[in-house]
Order: sequence, then C-alpha cells, then structure tokens
Amino acid sequence: MHAVEKILARAAGREEVTTGEIVNCTVDLAGINDLYLQTLRSFAEMGGKRVHDPRKVVMFLDHFAPASTITQADNQKQFRAFCREQGIDLLMDIDQGVCHQILADKGLVRPGMLVVVTDSHTTTHGAFGAFGTGVGATDLAIILITGQLWFRVPEVIRIHLEGRMSPGVYAKDVILKVIGTLGADYGVYRAVEFTGPLLENLGISERMTLCNMTTEMGAKTAYIQPDQVTFDFLRDKVKMESSVVTTDSGYRYAAEHAFDVSGFKPQVAAPHSVDHVSDINVYLGKPVHQAYLGTCTGGRVEDLAVAARILKGRRVHPHTRFLVVPASKGVFLEAMAKGYIQTLVEAGATFVTPSCAACLGTHQGILAAGETCITASSRNFPGRMGHAEAEIFVASPASVAAAALEGKIADPTQYLV
Amino acid sequence: MSDIIKGTAFVYGANIDTDQIYPGGYLDLTDPELVARHAMERVDPDFVKEVKWGDMIVAGTNFGCGSSREHAAVTLKASGIAVVLAESFARIFYRNAINLGLPLLVCPGISKQVKRGDRLDVDLAAGRVINQGNGAVIEAQPLSAYVMAILENGGVKPMIRKENEFR
Repeated sequence: MHAVEKILARAAGREEVTTGEIVNCTVDLAGINDLYLQTLRSFAEMGGKRVHDPRKVVMFLDHFAPASTITQADNQKQFRAFCREQGIDLLMDIDQGVCHQILADKGLVRPGMLVVVTDSHTTTHGAFGAFGTGVGATDLAIILITGQLWFRVPEVIRIHLEGRMSPGVYAKDVILKVIGTLGADYGVYRAVEFTGPLLENLGISERMTLCNMTTEMGAKTAYIQPDQVTFDFLRDKVKMESSVVTTDSGYRYAAEHAFDVSGFKPQVAAPHSVDHVSDINVYLGKPVHQAYLGTCTGGRVEDLAVAARILKGRRVHPHTRFLVVPASKGVFLEAMAKGYIQTLVEAGATFVTPSCAACLGTHQGILAAGETCITASSRNFPGRMGHAEAEIFVASPASVAAAALEGKIADPTQYLV
Repeated sequence: MSDIIKGTAFVYGANIDTDQIYPGGYLDLTDPELVARHAMERVDPDFVKEVKWGDMIVAGTNFGCGSSREHAAVTLKASGIAVVLAESFARIFYRNAINLGLPLLVCPGISKQVKRGDRLDVDLAAGRVINQGNGAVIEAQPLSAYVMAILENGGVKPMIRKENEFR
C-alpha cells in the first residue's frame, strides 16, 4: 500500500484498503471556513443537534476577515454563536489569518492525520505527511454529525524532483512548470506524491507551496514523506505522538514523472488558466497595476523575506499597488521581528490584515476591468480577483516583488544573485 | 430515478471553474433563490435570463474545478438545471452536486456532439444521452451504486437525516 492508503485504512479501522474502493473514515481534524454558512444550515437540515466531537473541529473566520458587508458580519456572528453552543474551542477569529497557515503555525496537523477542511487547498497538509483534502459544506456537516465521511481510495501519481534550482527560482516556479506540463485536470481524483533529492533542499514553507498547488491540477490530496525537515519543524509545536507511515516497496504508482529543475527559469501562469504556463521572459515588460503577495500559497515568512530583500532601500513603482497580506498572525509577528515589515512598508507596500483578502475577489484589493495583477496566490480564473476583464498572472513571491519594483513583469533573478 | 430526463442544453468549454459558475463576491449568500441569481455569471451572463426548469448543462473536461464552494452546485440546482453532462468533473464539485441530489454524468466526447439549444434525452440508470437534434447517441460512464443510492434518496441530506433519527 501507499502511505496515503495506509492513512485512509487506519482512519477506516481497517488493515488494508484497495485503490478505487469507497471507505468510510473517521476524520481526525475538520475545519470550516466563514464562506460556508451552508455548513451550519446543512447540519440543521440533517437533524444535527450536537457536534460529534467538538475537539476535532476548527472554525476559521479567514475569508471575510474582517467583515466588509452586513451579511458577512452576520454569518461570522452565527459561526461564533455555533462554536459557543457546541463547545468548539478552536475558533480562529479574524485576527488569526488563513486556515492552512494557522494549522501549520499551531502544530495542529501531524503526520498520518486525515484532515478535511471546506477549502480546496487542504492538500497543503501533505507537506506534513498528512492526508489533507477539501470538501463542500454539506460533506463537512456530515462530519460534524457523524465524525466520519466516505472517500474513494485514490490512485497515486509520483512527481520526482531532482537537480538544483537556479537563483530566482522557487518551489512555486517548479510546481507551475509541473502543472503547465501535465495540465489543470491531470490529477483529478488522484493523489500526488512528491519525491526526490530536491526535497532535501526545500523547507516546510516551500513544501507547503508544492502541495498547496496540486489542487490546481485537480488532485484529491498531496503527500511528502516526513523526514528530518518535517520533524524539526514539528518538534517545538506538537506535543502529541505522530504516526508516520511509509509506502511499501513495490507499490505501483498510476503514473510517474521526473523533472530536473536545474534549467528551470522563473515561471508564470498567464490568463486565464493555471496551466497556461511559460517562462516569465515571454511577458517581460507587461505593465502591472497590482502586485499581490499573500495567501496560503505565497504569504509565508520566506515569501515576505525575499520580497524584503528585493525591495530593501528601493521604492515600489508609482503606477503599481503592492498589496502584502501575511498568511497568518504568526507569519506577521515573525516577519515583523525580522524587520521585513518595516522594509516593505518603507518601500511603499500596502498591508492587509492576515486573511485570504483579494485572492478570491471578495474584498481588500479587487481589480477593475482592464487591470493587470501579478500574484503569489494560486488562481487566475476569469474574474477571480474582481472584474472578469482583469488579467491575472500567477508567479512566485520573488517575481511579484520584482514586478512591484519595476511596475511591469520582470525577472527577479537580477535582484537575487 | 429510472425515468428519462428531457431538456434543453446550454453548452460550455473545458475547465469551467467555480468562480465562473458562481463568483466569489457573492459567497456570503446562502438562500438558494438569491444564489441562483448569479449562476454562470462569469461565463455566460445570459444564462440566468434564459435558463428554464429542467434545462441541462453540457461541458468539456474538468467542469467545476477550483474552489470547494457548494454554491456552485446550489446555484445550478436552484436555477432548475436537471443534470450536468461533462467530459469530466473536478472532484469537490462532483461530491457537492451528488450530495445535493443534482445528477452528473461523465460523457466522453459530448461537447463536440451537442450545441446550445439541442434537446437531449438522458437516461441516468443506463448512462446514455440521446441528442434529439442530430440523433447522436452518447454513452456515459455508469454512476457507481453508492452515487445512485444518494441520488435515489434525493441527495445525501435525507439519507443522513434518516440515519440520524436512529442514533
């Protein structure tokens, strides 16, 4: 069996499971975010009275943090009341940041866990050797009532990464190249595992970015076998025992792809599809109205660090707005202590409180028709960040910072060697 | 659920994501009637004016990719869409739609055999679509027994409610 199958087998109370089988699993951690009041509606519609195990539930007020309409405010009010009534102590209110980064900061995800959140980017937790997957509101409500949910045991695709990344190239560029090569629907219903020597050089932040973006190829979950990097990250955060599982030798992957990243250039996904990927050189000089650094994909300390390095002692281009949204309170505090916030504010960045903000086009940095944005987030669908006639280019945090500086799409390498 | 579903097709391309089906700016709404007002807004602004109860959506690969928003399934169901026929579906959208009792069929090659306004006969149990416009017969992948059971119960909510009563 593959490690992800062993996680499902354990959660299903079984010795083994087979690929394609439907199994009913006990969920170790269930997260709800504030976009989906429907979760509470479905809970009531299905006759839910008490949450099965409130200790395993986390409520995130992150997508509308802080509320900018009366409806959003009322939804958040209902979520807070639900947490109080049901004894859900893990209420992450509007000061905390984006769900996936909070889970990482607080050490709430450990290897071997089955983590389900009403957010498509729950694949992020493969970086910790957990089985993370996104569901909709009603599925989450079923977990609230029963503690369980059905899953189809997925096939696993192996992405083997080797070589060394050149200066200016990051995990974001690598995963964009992978998605551009394989396609936005290549991973649908399947799990994606990353292996190979490149991983030894990637910290948790970059591993989270790899796993996070597998959602953009349709993956059900992502997985990186926990190693010393994982254990070092978790050591100070997690008190509980982890149950690390490993893939049996001889396991047959549904597909295997190897990438040598040594020759990779900084990448960009051009409008309006995440698999519309090319070297950033193709778009050099394209004027940028907004540069967006943040989200569960690209708003971590390392991401703010590279932006601060590029912008230290320099000024954001006068025709460009540079929005910076630390992914969490923890990220914000650490970046502040390291001086990155001071550097970026002095350079002309506009800060937004830790949250999902403009990534999904709800508030805090919406685009007008005809505007161009370069973003460290994950998606460039038509209208994703505002008007359907805005153009969104998905790139690495370094490329976003370089564009903020020059006011146009630029290769960040020149600032990093 | 053995009856033939008859309806008129709206046809779209590949990778129709949930932001196009239901834009992020309206995610604070929950009432299905309000949610239905923004159906397909970013891909087809005429959809809400033209859609009638019992109509169908035909699409290319990876329909419903992107965010986990159940709104994408709610908006189509509340608009009166009877079935979605696509070459493939993104997984969260697939679960959300089935949970709501909105049938989906994976129909390889369908987007080239149907044009907007064609009348279709859909046999869910047999996994077959007949285009009354050009006579094309399109074979769909059969629904799993588990999915059929959910649809026959009118979605997952009545099933769980029933189980919950015995708890």
